[in-house]
Amino acid sequence: MNRIDAYAPARVGSGNFTVVPARHPWRWLAGLGLTAIILLLVVSAVTNPRFGWDKVARYFRDVTIVNGIGITLFLTVVCMAVGIGLGVLLAVMQLSPNPVASAFAGGYVTIFRGTPVLVQLLVWFNLSALYPEISFGIPGVNLDANQLITPLTAAILGLGLNEAAYMSEIVRAGIQSIDHGQTEAAGALGMPRILTLTRVVLPQAMRVIIPPTGNEFIGMLKTTSLVSVLAVPDLLYSAQIIYSKNLQVIPLLIVASLWYIIVTTVFTIGQGYLERRFSRGSSRSVPPTALERAAKFFRVHSPLAKGKGKSS
Amino acid sequence: MTTETMKPARSAQATMPLVRAEGVRKSFGNNEVLKGIDLTVESGEVVCLIGASGSGKSTFLRCVNHLEKIDGGLLWVGDRVVGYRLKGTKLHEQSHNEICADRTDIGMVFQHFNLFPHMTVLENLMEAPLRVLKQRKEEVRRRAVELLEKVGLQDKAKAYPRHLSGGQQQRVAIARALCMQPKLMLFDEPTSALDPELVGEVLRVMKDLARSGMTMIVVTHEMGFARDVADRVVFMHDGRIIEDGPAERVINNPEHERTRAFLSAVL
Repeated sequence: MNRIDAYAPARVGSGNFTVVPARHPWRWLAGLGLTAIILLLVVSAVTNPRFGWDKVARYFRDVTIVNGIGITLFLTVVCMAVGIGLGVLLAVMQLSPNPVASAFAGGYVTIFRGTPVLVQLLVWFNLSALYPEISFGIPGVNLDANQLITPLTAAILGLGLNEAAYMSEIVRAGIQSIDHGQTEAAGALGMPRILTLTRVVLPQAMRVIIPPTGNEFIGMLKTTSLVSVLAVPDLLYSAQIIYSKNLQVIPLLIVASLWYIIVTTVFTIGQGYLERRFSRGSSRSVPPTALERAAKFFRVHSPLAKGKGKSS
Repeated sequence: MTTETMKPARSAQATMPLVRAEGVRKSFGNNEVLKGIDLTVESGEVVCLIGASGSGKSTFLRCVNHLEKIDGGLLWVGDRVVGYRLKGTKLHEQSHNEICADRTDIGMVFQHFNLFPHMTVLENLMEAPLRVLKQRKEEVRRRAVELLEKVGLQDKAKAYPRHLSGGQQQRVAIARALCMQPKLMLFDEPTSALDPELVGEVLRVMKDLARSGMTMIVVTHEMGFARDVADRVVFMHDGRIIEDGPAERVINNPEHERTRAFLSAVL
């Protein structure tokens, strides 16, 4: 306040100072170095014929690959749905005043988070070795485990139940991040527990829950590639089917990788918009969308365009 | 003392007091915060609870709508025992949903407002009447808009709490409690978290509410408000009621040594 007042008359008085923008020589040097590395990598990728870019282009939209993407997306969405639904339930159980419920949820998390998901997939796939006939404890129900547990159901069970353990921790952290005063205010208004949870606590917890859930979604997309061990024809297994015939291993792995990158990029953009939606009322400035962020990037990094100029 | 002599006279009256505490006790661990509170509040009365922090006044207030469970004594609101269903001579502990149903008659205003930040002001007001009382939307909306007008915030209906000043938020919180059409309003230090220049607007709304005949129990440090608005002032110290009487007398002519010491410190 005082300092600005002291300087202001001088600036207004003489009126022709020049602003010299700060120079960042190390920034430029680091930028140049990294650009050189990128160029080297690109040149080697383009000039090395073993990358087989022509084959990448040929198989990029192969029917088998596209079907594989479908299976991968289907598995991701279904397993995440199972994971989120069950995860919310487990989180609520873990926070419940009933000690048996919270112990059950805690035990579930310990087991499903403590064993490798690949092992879980294999166990589900081989469930018939444990229970040849599944009756769900209901008399009269007798299902053949070998028919019930197809590779696809084993994949959904294995990935979905595993995901639920991780999601329950995310949801629990979200619920616990909400100030206790919110629950009290809802209680004082006569709102029962379920209503308080669904209308007051969870909508606010979403802000905490969504970013890690987005990560889980992207993680799940790639984890689904594990189902290739169960011979579920997802994106990776489809690529494997093709290269086991034509032996073009690297080009087909590149095809699969490119598709994984494309889908995760789309997910990431969607995640940004979702976060915006749920930050409603919580902060004065909503986080920027991907487009706004790109615009800001180019604005900040072109100081020469309007950096020089005279004040006043 | 004062309360003891008042109690038999009050219970002999034909009309039932709205709130009646009989030997209410409450402990947190080994710390006994309420050591036998006897207090009656008549319908339409405004009672201010004063006393140093840690004297148990907020805890007692929170017991009235069962945000805290009492350990001993009985607490009546209207013809119901807080936290219990009275069947003959048996007191059955209430389920959580029954407790919630009983709370709909009691409005509460918190020190830190506790508005729902993800809802607009209007949604904050309408949430509980719609979802708990299951009232019709147009009716609730009309009442909510009316209440916002009453607290002077009709133009903030679509704002989020975050964009309001503390005084405005607290006025919204009062309107939110009133939107449930309660019989009793509890105020837990409603102006303690406010900047000094914002205290007046909240007290004005509370004053209007008191004039309209609402029964109010107010935990406060605002002695001016207590003197001007309260019918009775109750001074609490160390989990007990030390003095209970007309506002004018307790504040200007306290009988008890401790009350005098407290008042000389805050006035």
